[in-house]
Amino acid sequence: MSVEINLRHPLADFTLDVQFSIESNSVTALFGPSGAGKSTIINFIAGLQRPAEGKISINGKVVENSATGISVSPRHRHIGYVFQQPRLFPHLTVEKNLLFGWRRAQNRVNEDEVKKLISLLGIEPLISRKPHALSGGEKQRVALGRAILSNPEMLLLDEPLAALDHKRRDDILPYIERLRNEQRIPILYVSHSIDEVTRIADQIHIINHGKLVASGSIADIFSRIDLYPITGRFEAGAIIDGEIVNHLSDLSLSEVAFGNQMLTVPEIDGKVGDAIRVRVRSRDIIISRVQPTEISANNVLQGKILDIKTDGGPYADLQLQCGQTKLIARITRHSSERLELVVGMLVFAVIKSVTIDRRALRA
Amino acid sequence: MGLSNAEIVALLLSLKVSSVAVLIALPFAIVVAEILARWRFPGRAFVDGLVHLPLILPPVVMGYLLLITFGAKAPLGHWLAETIGIRFMFSWTGAALAAAIVTFPFQVRSIRLALEAIDPGLRDAAETLGAGPLDRFFSITLPLALPGIIAGAITAFAASLGEFGAIITFVSNIPGETRTLPLAIYSALQSPDGESIAARLAGLSILLAFFGLALSEIAASRVRRMMER
Repeated sequence: MSVEINLRHPLADFTLDVQFSIESNSVTALFGPSGAGKSTIINFIAGLQRPAEGKISINGKVVENSATGISVSPRHRHIGYVFQQPRLFPHLTVEKNLLFGWRRAQNRVNEDEVKKLISLLGIEPLISRKPHALSGGEKQRVALGRAILSNPEMLLLDEPLAALDHKRRDDILPYIERLRNEQRIPILYVSHSIDEVTRIADQIHIINHGKLVASGSIADIFSRIDLYPITGRFEAGAIIDGEIVNHLSDLSLSEVAFGNQMLTVPEIDGKVGDAIRVRVRSRDIIISRVQPTEISANNVLQGKILDIKTDGGPYADLQLQCGQTKLIARITRHSSERLELVVGMLVFAVIKSVTIDRRALRA
Repeated sequence: MGLSNAEIVALLLSLKVSSVAVLIALPFAIVVAEILARWRFPGRAFVDGLVHLPLILPPVVMGYLLLITFGAKAPLGHWLAETIGIRFMFSWTGAALAAAIVTFPFQVRSIRLALEAIDPGLRDAAETLGAGPLDRFFSITLPLALPGIIAGAITAFAASLGEFGAIITFVSNIPGETRTLPLAIYSALQSPDGESIAARLAGLSILLAFFGLALSEIAASRVRRMMER
């Protein structure tokens, strides 16, 4: 099962021209700055807007084809769509909202599945309330449940956390993560937040000015230093997919192994053996030519410099190969010149454990 | 306040004419309001103007237009009498038709405002959840517009109770058939000793108006609470 997308459509400032696919059993992120054309793309997929030119197929079934004039109506596409705003029906209770799509579905999931999802989303206590009595995070959880209960062949999430504050975001992210692990359908997650994307997505397509700039796995894309202008300099950072190998409970630390390397991080929820994703921001890495000793930082990783990029400004961006993993580091151009760093050189990346905050982790 | 038989007849007739006027106009008002609120088509401004015509035309002119459209000799009136057997001339049904048309804009305005206030995103959401156009109309649009529909119906009802010019011009002033409260007040004032009758009927009309206003407030707050709970 997969989704194939091929679209061309003129917008006010540029022409949307993208081609990509979404594999099932994975979360694909559509990432890019506001106004890049992301929402337009998912409205095309959902059928709420029609592209000037293009073809979209979902699990082999063509739902849009400008060449043959096929355009399946949104209600026959079987797509669960969670909007930026929850769009709950204000006159219906939470329960009736949840069951709105379920009642109209051709193949309904059975009632045990309904109960299971409601408890997964933690919304049992809200079931008889009206939407106006819910918080923003609760509303968005109900909207998620409503979309999933319509038994869709694909799930579209359009910045579902954008309207929420940080606290609420952290409340709802774990539910989306759980859904990712439970659902067996392709999920397209639209966002301009690196934080959300790295926690949730497996694959990523980066969109800018209506064009696909880069596609690949999250780890590959975020270890590239040529995408900074789009992924953002401040939040740039590499992804490390590893495994919890030890909890140092008396020190409130956990050890994460990746390849043949080890990272010590503030204590994580999770069992030894659990897979874990850690994000190491490039501005949190110190580069040393010699192995530092008597240093407070817990993590010193050896790596080879793969690439150095400067744009004449104060910064130099390095890409490092540390075992199987690529890291990116941002230092000043001055430091790079002082240390006489060149491609191919072996250096040490120093990472303070405290710079890896809990939000940058995913279980 | 003892009412004579004739006065009670006028009161009941007024209530009957107004109720029927509101009920027959309501489905048309919902359809027209939906079209004006959501469709974009050439001639939309013309339809909008046509709907509001009864608000700006003198009621007597409305009555005259009805007369030449639905009168016994007029083609449409003749056809209706021949095929469906509905006759409007000198009949309370004609009074109801006049009241329905004259108060139609009140219903359309109120329903249209309610429809325009509905977030179109809700219909999009319903559509992705598998609801077709009719389904969306009945499960989302209509319930959300209900406060506006009720407010429009009550305003139209109150306005119907007071309709005078169009009714007297179209179907005349026949006791027990087309003599509603305003016409009864007018008739009473025409007779030498009718002043006390006119005063009583006027009092009754004022009472009815307040009753209608209270009813609309109660209905509106009920609906609001129903929506929120």
